[in-house]
Amino acid sequence: MTVDWSWHAVAEAFPLLLRGLVVTLEITVLAALLSYVLGLVFAVIRMSRIPVLSQLTFLFIEAVRSTPLLVQVFMFYYVLQSQTGILLSAFLSGVIVIGVHYACYTSEVYRAGIEAVPKGQWEAATALNLPRGRVWTSVILPQAVPRVLPALGNYTIAMFKETPLLLGIGVLEMLNRAKEYGAETFRVLEAYTLAGVFFLVISYIASVMVRRLESRVGTL
Amino acid sequence: MSANFGLIVSRILEGLPTTVWATLGGIALTIVLSFAAGLGMLSRLAVVRWVSRFYVEIFRGTSEVVQLFWIFFALPLLVGFQLVPLFAGIVVLGLNHGAYGGEIVRGAVQSVPRAQHEGAIALNLSAANRMVRVILPQAVVEMIPPFNNLFIQLLKSSALLVFISAGEMTEISEQLRPTLGPDLVLVYTVVLVFYLLLAIVITVVMRQLERVGARRLGRVPRERRRVLSRGHAPDSAGGL
Amino acid sequence: MVRFDTVAKRFGDTVVLDNLTFDVAPGEFVTLIGPSGSGKTTILRLLMTLERVTDGAVYVAGQPLSHMRKGDNLVPASEKHLRAARKRIGMVFQQFNLFPNMNVLRNLTEAPVRTLGKSRAEAEERARELLDMVGLAEKAEAHPTQLSGGQQQRVAIARALAMDPKVLLLDEVTSALDPELVSGVLRLLEELVRTTDITFLCVTHEMQFARDVSDRVMVLDGGRIIEDGEPEKIFTEPDNERTREFLHAVLDRP
Repeated sequence: MTVDWSWHAVAEAFPLLLRGLVVTLEITVLAALLSYVLGLVFAVIRMSRIPVLSQLTFLFIEAVRSTPLLVQVFMFYYVLQSQTGILLSAFLSGVIVIGVHYACYTSEVYRAGIEAVPKGQWEAATALNLPRGRVWTSVILPQAVPRVLPALGNYTIAMFKETPLLLGIGVLEMLNRAKEYGAETFRVLEAYTLAGVFFLVISYIASVMVRRLESRVGTL
Repeated sequence: MSANFGLIVSRILEGLPTTVWATLGGIALTIVLSFAAGLGMLSRLAVVRWVSRFYVEIFRGTSEVVQLFWIFFALPLLVGFQLVPLFAGIVVLGLNHGAYGGEIVRGAVQSVPRAQHEGAIALNLSAANRMVRVILPQAVVEMIPPFNNLFIQLLKSSALLVFISAGEMTEISEQLRPTLGPDLVLVYTVVLVFYLLLAIVITVVMRQLERVGARRLGRVPRERRRVLSRGHAPDSAGGL
Repeated sequence: MVRFDTVAKRFGDTVVLDNLTFDVAPGEFVTLIGPSGSGKTTILRLLMTLERVTDGAVYVAGQPLSHMRKGDNLVPASEKHLRAARKRIGMVFQQFNLFPNMNVLRNLTEAPVRTLGKSRAEAEERARELLDMVGLAEKAEAHPTQLSGGQQQRVAIARALAMDPKVLLLDEVTSALDPELVSGVLRLLEELVRTTDITFLCVTHEMQFARDVSDRVMVLDGGRIIEDGEPEKIFTEPDNERTREFLHAVLDRP
């Protein structure tokens, strides 16, 4: 059996996929930023033991983590569209849902990072009579955040690899571009293989960077 | 409660068996591949280490959705036939999570103290017996909590089978969408609740295994935790 | 029975054993003493093939241990050769190293069944005899973690004996035990010395025990044997100044 492989098709699909890659990376970056901020908010709410709100946050986090991201994407996108009249683009919906989904993971990372700050630091800050908010911003977080960076990096790579499921709501990211090209030319093998290679190369580079970061700040 | 509630539940239930089979099949394949890859990465033979490492890096480094598209749509062009959707789904779920599981197995085997290897060497057990009789029985207990997380990731990933029309729950909800517009929130809520219940079933089973395993090793089982709260996040991250 | 022929062991630049040569006769009880880092435990670990020599060769019953004869040359041993060599040797560890995934009986029977090819019934019969000898007959079904340290160490001794070793290596077997449990283990060892013809190499900090049961004491310092002789001589009138200092330091400890 000869493999019907066309380098011409690869060359043709390349710029198309590159355009998709830009969208993929935009989504990744925006969703990642959202997850960094929201995750920290979740972590602080959970750890500050505010009655009801802390428990609700906990339940929300666990429910989101136990159910498929894809269903969450569908739900958010279609319910918002059909029932509230708010018109949010598929792109933005994807960013929000991926960002919130991964915030539920990064909140655990922050929590572990905060818990790793020795108890004596809290006690010392209390002894200095610093106000509570001030203890967080100038004592605890500056110590916790550097340690969580590698884990956040790993989740960012995970988000990058999740973005293709947004083709389910029509986002023109990289895999969707590959699909489009495959449908037009029947060069499915080349298109999907190329998409796979793009993912492999970028996540490889990213994970090397994360490992560098790890060796610099140490792990949790 | 909407008048359509009964209809929605009964339709979603039609997709439940496929979701369950995809998850169980994926878990079975994941376990096999995790041990093959995990032990392979610890092999004395460089070729075996290299092949295992290659498999793990390829499947952790690319996107699961891309893998699904590749195996279902592109592979047929190479081999001349297309896999049945459910089967293709199981293969992808297994291959992808097996790569992550390989790291779990490798880590757990390496976490067994050196002293246990030495105790086994001092009794002149063969390399195979040392692994099978002494090291693995202890390592397996360490693997259970991370595998719990991994299996739940796998359950969640089974929703991706909507892209190859395997007929599981997410696909049924997509079929209901055009006709049940006003009840859309209900449709998705029902689907999410089913996934949540399945996740809880996985966790309950794994907790039970964890307790049995801990008792086998003569450890005091950890106190009962709430069914939710699975400790630290699953490693769906990691990459290469 | 045991012969070290100009054995050197180095970890990187650290010299652990420095061209060591000595013989141990069959049935002899040899105790190795010396300050920590002097290489005592490394000698035992080389004999158990847990480490490889850097230079020289170790012989047990005339057979090279970590090397094989190939014509006139000695080449590093294969796993098969190592397994044949290990047949004669047993070891008891400071931390017992019992297998937590097996009960006491299984700890004693697993290796005889898998390695010596005994039937399970045969192996269990022998295991129960040995447990009886170490005074733990009623603990056969117990789990290792349910036993005290002293009991665990007696199980570990029985487990080593189940393999019928010709040479038994004792690596600080009482160091991890609570003081009140030490004497039980030592009495068991004395009993073994009297009733078997096993060759012992023992690393210990129990100087009274060493003095009572040893046929010979070797004092190590910096990877060399600085003194080698009968226990009475070494403990009462050692020739070497370093030996004297060392004994002074350990024996004067409260």
